[in-house]
Amino acid sequence: MTRRTRIVIFLTAALGLAALFGWAFAGLPAFGNGSHVYAFLLNHVAVPERHTTNVVAAIVFDYRGFDTLGEEFILFTAVAGVVLLLRPVEREDPEDRGTTASDALRFVGVGMVGAGVLVGLWLIAFGYITPGGGFQGGVAVAAGAVLLYFVSNYSAFYPLGHVDGLDPVEALGAGGYAVIGAVALVSGLPFLANLLGPGSVGTLVSGGSIPFLNWASGIEVAAANLILFSEFIREYLHPARQDG
Amino acid sequence: MSVVATTAPLQAVAYVLVAAGAAGVVLSRDPLRQIVVSGIYGYVLVLLFMVLQAPDVALSMLVVSTVAYPLVVLVAIARVRNRREDDE
Amino acid sequence: MSYLPFAVAGWVCLIGLYGVATSRNLIHLALCLTVTQSSTYVLLLSVGYVRGGTAPIFKGVKLGTRAVDPVVQSLSLTDIVVSVTVLALILALGLDVFGAAKTVDPDEIAELQG
Repeated sequence: MTRRTRIVIFLTAALGLAALFGWAFAGLPAFGNGSHVYAFLLNHVAVPERHTTNVVAAIVFDYRGFDTLGEEFILFTAVAGVVLLLRPVEREDPEDRGTTASDALRFVGVGMVGAGVLVGLWLIAFGYITPGGGFQGGVAVAAGAVLLYFVSNYSAFYPLGHVDGLDPVEALGAGGYAVIGAVALVSGLPFLANLLGPGSVGTLVSGGSIPFLNWASGIEVAAANLILFSEFIREYLHPARQDG
Repeated sequence: MSVVATTAPLQAVAYVLVAAGAAGVVLSRDPLRQIVVSGIYGYVLVLLFMVLQAPDVALSMLVVSTVAYPLVVLVAIARVRNRREDDE
Repeated sequence: MSYLPFAVAGWVCLIGLYGVATSRNLIHLALCLTVTQSSTYVLLLSVGYVRGGTAPIFKGVKLGTRAVDPVVQSLSLTDIVVSVTVLALILALGLDVFGAAKTVDPDEIAELQG
């Protein structure tokens, strides 16, 4: 069918979808006035029960910890899928291909690599007290690390983004999460039950097993994203040259 | 309540900016231009998430739309361009 | 004011789908999919907003202060991080198609036979 026919069909369907949206949204309570019973309960109960001041982190790693396990494995399998798609034909040799960065970029970027990784680690570490957490901090660490490629050349970035070294780290994060959950099973509690004592509110020692789950997911997200970035860079910008 | 009175116009502006940003991303046909507009759209979304009192989501969106999205898209654009030059 | 958030969420979803349907470039198509994905975040956070509420972080904030819904925030933040990998997967598949068909235009690819 021609492009014009396709657009007409799409616009008709979009009008129908817009009508359905209007009907659905008309049944929602007004903006800001909904009765969020579960949210009200969690906001009042999370800090006394778990002593974590970041209620969102308590939900992600404790009250809804099982969903996070599923999300982590989505990340894990999607990265595995990308690595499979971009599997090289032969092992490439990361010789020095020169740098493409200007001096100004390198001057600014060198500081940003360290600062980015440090801020990412801080976001992970304090993620259950102030805004932050394993997911945000993990992506920040990977983002800071990949900046190294832009301020230097590929052979300097290669040791950091080497997939063979990062795979065990990613597996450690993902498997660690499941193992921490299974440890609860061993002591007769449900899977992913919060084992350790709550600790004191507002300090690093709080939340029971939330800090460990937080770090496990932070490690896994950072390693997975770094694998993704380095696979893309390696396959598309520095492919193995068959003619040597 | 004074808190509500001061945040409601800010929220309305943020929502309108999000709608305009989304249209801008879709209507930029060249991928290189589109990824820049998408970075701006990411910042507008961060503004909206902050106004809706969601700092964790805002942090997440900030890191992702500043580094992760442009990285993978720019690498893809570079690959298409290199292949096109090789073929000609 | 009470219908603007949901109208914006619906608009963003539909314009993203319009971009997917009328795209002439596979990379442009992938980014329009991320726009559609962002409409779900806008909708979730709009549903979870409590008027006059503050962020659900109680460090230095008195317990019992009215706060917005933290559950929808947890859904959105994990989804945003996972969407990076999904975008990378879509781009990798699109570049594979480009390698085989020598074009990034979806219309021209559809005409290739066998």
